[in-house]
Amino acid sequence: MGRKAKFSDGVVVKKGPGKKAKKQKDPVFPKQLTENGTIKKNLSHRQALRAKRRLQQALNRKKQNERASTGNKSTVFLKDEESESGSDVESDEEIKSTKLSTRPSKGFSDDNKSWLKPKQNKLQDNNVKNGESSTEEENEEQEEDMDQEEEELSSDPSDLENSSDDEEDEKLKVEKLGDLSDEDSEEQDEFDSQADGAAGEGSDDDLLPIEKETIKLKKKQAKEQKLAEEELQLNIANQEVFAFPKKSDEDVQSLQDVQQRIREVIAVLTDFNKLRDKNHSRSEYLDILKKDLCTYYSYNEFLMEKFMQLFPLSELLEFLEASEVQRPLTIRTNSLKTRRRDLAQALINRGVNLDPIGKWSKVGLVIYSSQVPIGATPEYLAGHYIIQGASSLLPVMALAPQENERILDMSAAPGGKASHIAAIMKNTGVLFANDISKERIKAVVGNFHRLGVVNSVITCMDGRKYPKIMTGFDRVLLDAPCTGTGVVAKDQSVKTSKDEQDIQRCYNLQRELLLAAIDCVNAKSSSGGYIVYSTCSVLPEENEWVIDYALKKRNVKLVETGLEFGTEGFVNYRQHRFHPTMKLTKRFYPHSHNMDGFFVAKLRKFSNLIPKSGGDEVNIIEENVEDEPVEENKAEVKAKKNSNSLNKASENKVKKRPEQTKESVLKHSKKRANEDGEEVSIKKSRLSEKLNTKDKNKQKKGKSSKVNGTDKKLSVLVNKTKGKLAKGIKNSSSKSKKKLRHKYK
Amino acid sequence: MKRLSEERTKILFEKLTKYIGSNVKLLIERPDGLYCFREQKDRVYYVSEKILKLANSIPPEHLISIGTLFGKFTKSNKFRLHITALSYLSPYAQSKIWLKSSAEQQFLYGHHIPKSGLGRISENAEKYQGVVVYSMSDLPLGFGVAARSTAECKHAEPLVSVCFHQADIGEYIRSEEDLL
Repeated sequence: MGRKAKFSDGVVVKKGPGKKAKKQKDPVFPKQLTENGTIKKNLSHRQALRAKRRLQQALNRKKQNERASTGNKSTVFLKDEESESGSDVESDEEIKSTKLSTRPSKGFSDDNKSWLKPKQNKLQDNNVKNGESSTEEENEEQEEDMDQEEEELSSDPSDLENSSDDEEDEKLKVEKLGDLSDEDSEEQDEFDSQADGAAGEGSDDDLLPIEKETIKLKKKQAKEQKLAEEELQLNIANQEVFAFPKKSDEDVQSLQDVQQRIREVIAVLTDFNKLRDKNHSRSEYLDILKKDLCTYYSYNEFLMEKFMQLFPLSELLEFLEASEVQRPLTIRTNSLKTRRRDLAQALINRGVNLDPIGKWSKVGLVIYSSQVPIGATPEYLAGHYIIQGASSLLPVMALAPQENERILDMSAAPGGKASHIAAIMKNTGVLFANDISKERIKAVVGNFHRLGVVNSVITCMDGRKYPKIMTGFDRVLLDAPCTGTGVVAKDQSVKTSKDEQDIQRCYNLQRELLLAAIDCVNAKSSSGGYIVYSTCSVLPEENEWVIDYALKKRNVKLVETGLEFGTEGFVNYRQHRFHPTMKLTKRFYPHSHNMDGFFVAKLRKFSNLIPKSGGDEVNIIEENVEDEPVEENKAEVKAKKNSNSLNKASENKVKKRPEQTKESVLKHSKKRANEDGEEVSIKKSRLSEKLNTKDKNKQKKGKSSKVNGTDKKLSVLVNKTKGKLAKGIKNSSSKSKKKLRHKYK
Repeated sequence: MKRLSEERTKILFEKLTKYIGSNVKLLIERPDGLYCFREQKDRVYYVSEKILKLANSIPPEHLISIGTLFGKFTKSNKFRLHITALSYLSPYAQSKIWLKSSAEQQFLYGHHIPKSGLGRISENAEKYQGVVVYSMSDLPLGFGVAARSTAECKHAEPLVSVCFHQADIGEYIRSEEDLL
């Protein structure tokens, strides 16, 4: 009925600070950024004034206190005198002065007046202080200053001075009472007492009072500075040392805390010697960092560990950040149907904001914004362009297809790269597009027909079986199936779904596919014989390692990709020592190239022969090793038969032989070690066994026990490391030479 | 891949003649080599002989498509052109229809073309002749059958269909699965 009664009329309920009233917090800087760990704040005008005044006050008070302390003694002394002599003038003056100083109050007039004050008085005093503190205080202080100056000027201790001293004493007391609320008072006292001590030391008679004063001041200043510095150091220590978290407080943490801690730990790790906590090792810090990064970016620990091994710390964060953000949308002009300029014009007319992708590509366009869906414009349906990541252009550019060639795309779906190849070939020659998935191959069919690719043969089979069906291709593109660690932004599930086994599966498949791809190529092709291998993964297991494997298994070599940007592939990665030409491969990262993480390698096949597997090599080595002792025996027999003059020659033989074989063994073992890190230990042990057997042979020949000892040493050395291995063998061989020489003499 | 039977070849060419008339000859006799029609699983592909030779070595169970898919034979042995044939129909088309930009969208969603959407029409279009549909900027959008001859179109009501929809390029995303 009618309007609501306004019961709350007139009562304005404040609703708290509005949105605008909420102030943004001050930015938090990491400690290493601010020098000495402190941030200089600008004081406001008032604050500055107050600080200035405080300083002044403190100075004055100090001076005055000194004076008072010396004066007090004298007054006590004088008072005694007074009581004895009872000089009226002075006492009168004194009373007068006290009256003057404590004018507003009616204090006690007896002997106790010096310390006893009525309560009211104090309150009043306080009130006065509060009300007109600034003026009062300043006035008083000015007065004091005047007094002090007078004091200083009158060098001889006179009665007048004493009286003024007394006056000061009174004032001081009043002030003290009034200053109860003042924070500085206590500190001030401390300073004063210290300053007094200093004053006591430095009381030289031959100095002018001003000089004395300056000395005191300087000393005081120095002390203050020292204290301040100490405090600063304390602060720095408190802030700089990153408190290593205990296990108990790892449970509940907000995301911001985690982020803060990531920053701190990285700061510690970048200057580890200086900032570390001595009780914790680097690996512990790294563990914390890994856990935090896992929680912050929601990766599983395995993948995060891989990334931490792959990137330096500074790059790691950038990479993870970049992996969160989508890459810009890019399209490729279908040069079979239109030109880039025409397409750009048509799309601009539809309200699309675009730009060429860069100098390196003549067909790419970057879409910044669009009023229409890019994947459903009439131009798209008419096949004038295809939506394709910038990184997908690279392998085809590396492949550099020529017209009238026979080219195979081994895993083609959804047909972006394959149609790019066809466009570069201008629909001549033959393009085989293969994919294993029946579902995904439909996308290839759709795209090829839409884009007007007519020279294609689309097949659906396992790429590993392709060499059995057809070989003799001029070029093969293998965009291998991978874990997709370079395209985390596209598919977030990669973060948590991958583990060691997935990667192992991936690179096994990739190796097989790459070998199949190499087998498909005709090395004698007049224009080609190239294989391009690419993945959208950044892990070296799926990239360099696979290429390295292929280099060993087939007659291929790495060649320039022809891409002018991108970082070089790894030649050394952790325990792996890849082929030195691995630097010809290219890597692309989301944080440094603003495209999906990608790897491109171009191989050239130089022979159609498939080299036999490494098993034969091992046999050869073993034969060599077995042959050796026999030959030594022969040599020995010869030497025994021959006269002394011939001894040297035989010696040489003996000397040479073991060295050579040992070296060859060493070489092979090294090779093997490079191939497979896991097998290294086995090989080494085998090697040492061989050497041991050899040694036993030597023993049989009746050599001294000393030789035995050195041989044992040798075997131990062999077991240790490769480098040491070489050394040990040299030593042993030289020793054995000596032994032999000894014997024959 | 097998050759088309006599009967099927006839059906196919009859169908193509509806759209491109005597230009069918140009599809067979080309200056850049021999082209031929091949059939697999009732689908008809149009492909260069060079490619065909290579494709023959691939087992049929693995072969998905070669060259260009033209269409398929239905169970009742009629030939049905697919949108994928458009790239060969549009250059040789006898009669054409140009759509106003407002009607483009409707056609690309699979609707017939009303008189109101008709921008232009070639002069000699007969009733029930195959026509290729273009946008005003000469972008081939699909093909259909003329519901009215050119003369009849002039006097038709705005909402009367002038062209029955058969295939349009919207199918590439509407029904990518069923292209084959």
